[in-house]
Amino acid sequence: MLQLSGNSGTVEAPLATLVDLHKGDAGILDRIDLPGDDARRLMELGFLPGARVTAGLSAPGGDPRVFQVDGSEIALRRETARKLKVRVEKRKAPRTK
Amino acid sequence: MSACHDCNDCPSGGVVELSSGVPVKTVAVVGPPNSGKTTLFNRLTGLRQKVANFPGVTVEQHTGVVELPDGRALNLIDLPGIYSLAPRSEDEQVAYDVLHGRRADTPKPEAVLLLLDSTNLARHLMLAAPILALNVPTLIILNMADDLRNRGGHLDLRALAAQLGAPVALVSARSGEGIDQIFDFLAGTMAKPKPMELPILQDVPKCREWAGTVGSRAAYRAPLPPKWTRRLDGVFLHPVFGPLIFLGVVACVFETIFIAGGPVTDWMQGLFDKSGLWLETMLPASIFTSLLLEGVWRGVGSVVKFLPQVLLLFLFIGILEDSGYLARAALIADRTMAKVGLQGKSFIPLLSAYACAVPAIMATRTIENKRDRIATILIAPFMTCSARFPVYTLIIPAFLPNRGILGPFTQAAALLGLYVLGFVVAIATARILKSSILKSGRTPFLLEMPAYRWPTVQSLGLRLIDRSKVFLYRAGTVILLALVVLWVAAHVPTQNGHAPKIEDSLAGTMGRTIEPAIKPLGFNWKIGIGLLTSLAARETIIGTLGEIYGMDPESQKMDMQKALHSDLTPGGAVALLIFFAFAMQCFSTIAVVRRETGGWKWPALQFTYMSVLAYVGAFIAFHVIR
Repeated sequence: MLQLSGNSGTVEAPLATLVDLHKGDAGILDRIDLPGDDARRLMELGFLPGARVTAGLSAPGGDPRVFQVDGSEIALRRETARKLKVRVEKRKAPRTK
Repeated sequence: MSACHDCNDCPSGGVVELSSGVPVKTVAVVGPPNSGKTTLFNRLTGLRQKVANFPGVTVEQHTGVVELPDGRALNLIDLPGIYSLAPRSEDEQVAYDVLHGRRADTPKPEAVLLLLDSTNLARHLMLAAPILALNVPTLIILNMADDLRNRGGHLDLRALAAQLGAPVALVSARSGEGIDQIFDFLAGTMAKPKPMELPILQDVPKCREWAGTVGSRAAYRAPLPPKWTRRLDGVFLHPVFGPLIFLGVVACVFETIFIAGGPVTDWMQGLFDKSGLWLETMLPASIFTSLLLEGVWRGVGSVVKFLPQVLLLFLFIGILEDSGYLARAALIADRTMAKVGLQGKSFIPLLSAYACAVPAIMATRTIENKRDRIATILIAPFMTCSARFPVYTLIIPAFLPNRGILGPFTQAAALLGLYVLGFVVAIATARILKSSILKSGRTPFLLEMPAYRWPTVQSLGLRLIDRSKVFLYRAGTVILLALVVLWVAAHVPTQNGHAPKIEDSLAGTMGRTIEPAIKPLGFNWKIGIGLLTSLAARETIIGTLGEIYGMDPESQKMDMQKALHSDLTPGGAVALLIFFAFAMQCFSTIAVVRRETGGWKWPALQFTYMSVLAYVGAFIAFHVIR
């Protein structure tokens, strides 16, 4: 399961985007910087503020990438994923930057 | 919130009851995409269904008849997959209008079957609030019961029914588990809980919050992620193996169609030849026998014999789509497609277009971005469809012996070359379109990855029956008509009561009239007649040339491939192949493009573009090779 117990192992970080999530990383969605209708489509698929989004597998080259959200797996292109701001919740391995 | 445990005698406070005894006339099936609506619809209606378009819009309308155990029959409408009832897209608008009884062509449904995926209940429940607010008797069907159970999910159905104020059934549309409850509901014998006042929520976050609350009050425990889907994705989306498997799948599809399909097609041809000879001995020699044998039998046979090959391709596409692999293929293809300005979702229609552009163009409906969709529609007819295949396999062996550097693979290589040519021109066209008139704004690319599932025999079977009907309908209408008209044109005006020589007939005159225009391509008037009839459908040229050669005493004794040599130089043959690779000779495609794009603008542009390209391509080929 991807559910974290409490805050153990959690590193609170400033706002990042879905693109910054590597495979296995999770983040809490903060906001969607897209026009109304596009944002609504994403929300209907589960990308709601407060939802936990986990980065999954991707097409070769890392774009588009599959994200697990609200029980579904949705693939987004990098250009869209960049517009979804998240609070990174878990890192698989420490990274620089 | 009040709970109602014995629902048999609950008052109906405001909700229109299904009056038992009186048959419900129309029932709508509503649900989000990927909830298994098509599977349920197939299970309920079986073969008693038809597909059409809602008049005036590009939304597909599936209707069918359900027979209840007591013998009564109901009409079932399968509405397009929707996430909400807010009418924004065309799909949502149609669903909204039908459910509100605002479409003149469709009666207002007297009951609704709302299909939701039980493995993703909280999200799918968002659609329940606006549907239940319609105040139409509604059965909430939670699909994928087997998956929910196998993956450790749980749900209190009774509590959920009480929360929603509507009956709830947990079913598996694939296995048929729990389907009886749907029949009970439709027959009006199902227990109903007390109706509830549900909140009307326009805002997605609030709606999701409500759905989450309802789910947790019904003790909903989401199932574990699908284990096999994760494992399979580890292979199919592997950075190295994923693309290799993808290429392997595409290669395998084509290989099987040509290797396995060829002998079956030959066998079908033999069947038509033998039965034609038999008919000839059985029927008295007359003008009508001649029409029947030369015009109808041979002509229609030359098309129908390709049915097995076409079905094989649709079987493959059906398996790939129903199993869930096609969504992964679209994901892998997305970056490559993006380079020419298209997207991963264009891959599925373009693959189908190798069978036939008509279903391919209908399959572009999954592309939300309108400009991407039109670009995909415009390039789909360049893919080598099954109607071009017989033309290629007639001409290539006639002019290209299996000799030379490539030995026994020469003809196969030429055929492959034509496939590649069509593909390259399609990609180049897409690039031009997407950097000019169809430059798109930024609609996000969203692709839901369904869990992998075994395709069911029933759904594959229904698909193939549906495709066969379309194919045979075409052979029996458009192509048959073109060939009968040709036969008549080839037999008038009569000379002393006898059919004229083919070059003096009406068809011959028409062929000779256009000859000056096609002479630069290396075609004579006989090929010209073939080009005229193949405007209706490409493969008609084979039946046409068959008819013409059959009437001409000189070519009567030769087989078609020999006869072709007297009409075409090698350069002319290549020109003819290129003409067929590029030209849009297909009434059905033109009709479906008009329907899907909502006017004549795009099909007219497409027809002109493809015709010019075909003419120029054939001209160059003829002048280079001679």
